Amino acid sequence: MSGHTDMVLVDENGLRIDGRTADQHRPFKIEAGVLNNADGSAYVEIGKNKVLAAVYGPRECHPRHLQDPTKAIVQCKYNMQSFSVSDRKRPGPDRRSIEISKIISEALEKVVLTELYPRASIDVYIEILQANAGTRCAGLTAASVALADAGIPMRDIVPALACGKADGHVLLDLNKEEDNYGQADVPIAIIPSTDEIVLLQMDGNMTREEFDHGIKMAVAGCHELHELQKDALKRRYSKKAEEASE
Amino acid sequence: MEKRNARQTRELVVPGDILDGTGMRPGENAYVLDGKVRASVMGVRNVFQNTVGVIPLRGGYMPTSGDTVFGVIVDIGPSNWLIDIGAPYPAPLHVSEVPWKVEFGDTSKYLTIGNVVLVKILAVDESKKISVTMKDSGLRRIEGGRLIKISHTKVSRVIGKSGSMISMLKNMTDCRITVGQNGWIWIDGEEENTDVAVAAIEMIEEQAQSMNLTDRVKEFIEKKIPQDDEYYDEGDE
Amino acid sequence: MTEIMSEIKRDHMMKLIEKGERLDGRGVTDVREIKVCTDVIESADGSARVKMGKTEVIAGVKIIPGTPFPDTPNIGVLTTGAELIPMAHPTFESGPPGEDAIELARVVDRGIRESGMVDVEALCITPGEEVWMCFVDIYALDYDGNLFDAANLAAVCALKSATIPGEQYGKGENKPLPITCTPISVTEVKIGNTLIVDPNFDEEQISTARLTVTTDDVGNFRAMQKGGCGSITLDELSLCLDRAVEKGAEIRKIIG
Repeated sequence: MSGHTDMVLVDENGLRIDGRTADQHRPFKIEAGVLNNADGSAYVEIGKNKVLAAVYGPRECHPRHLQDPTKAIVQCKYNMQSFSVSDRKRPGPDRRSIEISKIISEALEKVVLTELYPRASIDVYIEILQANAGTRCAGLTAASVALADAGIPMRDIVPALACGKADGHVLLDLNKEEDNYGQADVPIAIIPSTDEIVLLQMDGNMTREEFDHGIKMAVAGCHELHELQKDALKRRYSKKAEEASE
Repeated sequence: MEKRNARQTRELVVPGDILDGTGMRPGENAYVLDGKVRASVMGVRNVFQNTVGVIPLRGGYMPTSGDTVFGVIVDIGPSNWLIDIGAPYPAPLHVSEVPWKVEFGDTSKYLTIGNVVLVKILAVDESKKISVTMKDSGLRRIEGGRLIKISHTKVSRVIGKSGSMISMLKNMTDCRITVGQNGWIWIDGEEENTDVAVAAIEMIEEQAQSMNLTDRVKEFIEKKIPQDDEYYDEGDE
Repeated sequence: MTEIMSEIKRDHMMKLIEKGERLDGRGVTDVREIKVCTDVIESADGSARVKMGKTEVIAGVKIIPGTPFPDTPNIGVLTTGAELIPMAHPTFESGPPGEDAIELARVVDRGIRESGMVDVEALCITPGEEVWMCFVDIYALDYDGNLFDAANLAAVCALKSATIPGEQYGKGENKPLPITCTPISVTEVKIGNTLIVDPNFDEEQISTARLTVTTDDVGNFRAMQKGGCGSITLDELSLCLDRAVEKGAEIRKIIG
């Protein structure tokens, strides 16, 4: 958010460097059930972001001291692979990954019906294979599909998308340049059936009007993303939907 | 376990999908939000009496009291063994629930790591602690044969209406077949027949949703194992 | 990396292997179906996603200007790392690479380095000051046995399709990473007295010893690693070496 550039991020016609208008999101792609071993999995692309999510659980909680006798805990680990960014990232969790892991765990705890599995852990793993701004949103979007794929009871499937500001314009779904050189970044995740917010961060500088405008676009974008999440599951499993007979 | 209605649509529902807005009550795997019943898992919408719920497509086995399941011994303590039954929680088998008199510390003399057992779920408490027993009839350590694992959601398909599918499998392959509620199935018979039984069960799991499955399984086995035509057996009279 | 296998399954598998049969119907020297996709990650300078049966591995190459080692001032640097990330198997834990991941990385690295696959002498930018550093990072995504061969394939295919990003650093035009050969590893495990090629997870679990042999395009040996707590006889070693050359050539043809 602190870079400077001569690049024009939004031109006089309101077009962004990738040809989008302010209220357009990047192309979405979602596939469910992509791994063998994991109980649930999903692959998501948002623009040039490529993200893989896997779920194991509910299973015995490790480390044992984190066990909750009344409900399951959701433990998410978000990781960027070394080659996912243009300047190679050293392997291992950094402070940013740890923070992102925490906020995604918390977002998911709100939707998963954790009371059904006391003392257990639901382990969510998010790997960023290729990054281009908005990886935590793509990661949470993939994790939600992976949880449904694993058959874990939840209230709803959670989509996440960011809005922000660049060249003074409020924009939906920032790309890398807009995130690096722009003036604000606001990732948000909602529960589509109620529009409750389960993840929200903001950095930069926005007026109240700008923020409200951004949130409105982001929530609408989340609803569109949600349709694709449901569609990914239906495409994967519709043929297997049983005729309930005995 | 809710009874399933014979004629259901095949439409898949996912968590959050609305199942009903006309005032029905939530059944299994469903909840109410703003007066509407919504799905909490991915599966097939199921109506039972005046409730609407979901029959899950995925998800692990959750033990229920009364279930008979296969398990593998994964750990041993001085007065119990720990059994993996394919559930989120391991099931402890206490020395008081086995047919032998086991002295404290002698547990490994009776059952050791890797042994397969057939046990019954006694109870599951609110914090999901499971207790099992090996004292009922038929429950025992299992040796020999083959142990395969299918999704627990397909167990009823393998058993069939009034046990019709499983009887057919046993008769046609001449194998002993025991189906655990957790989807672990034990087959014991001649080597080639066992292979056919395993393949037939995997076919049922794969095609659980198709029509005429029973006929196709019958055809499959017939091709592999010539059947004696008992109906036309004149007998020795 | 252990899970408790039921003795029924163990006994059944051992009986089959004694007869030269495998649970998935393969012969003792059959390798599973191999699928390779290269150039899957734009942000990497080279990348490959490889599937051997159900085992899946992704490898990415990043090529960056850096300082050479003082004793080899005009030679590029090659570094290989691997992670057994928890999504790949229920028994994998989070955390820094353990001994399995480290062994995996070092064995893959050995094959690449000793075969001279990457022409490191052609990676000099300014003698004594700056050279290209080639980082190969491997991640297991889905583990069903034989990470050694899958990881080797992924690393080799990623390197073969890699580009030196000269333009990004103002150090000349982009050009392909100079490659001289294709080292292929072939891994076998010993179960009872039988040696089988390309073990899956269950086969690894009941095996006593493992041997990975890496050959180059002419069939010379470049790297070997024996693993596991069992032993192999000289005759068994000889059999593995023969198979490594034969299967190595087959696999080399598949990846082109």
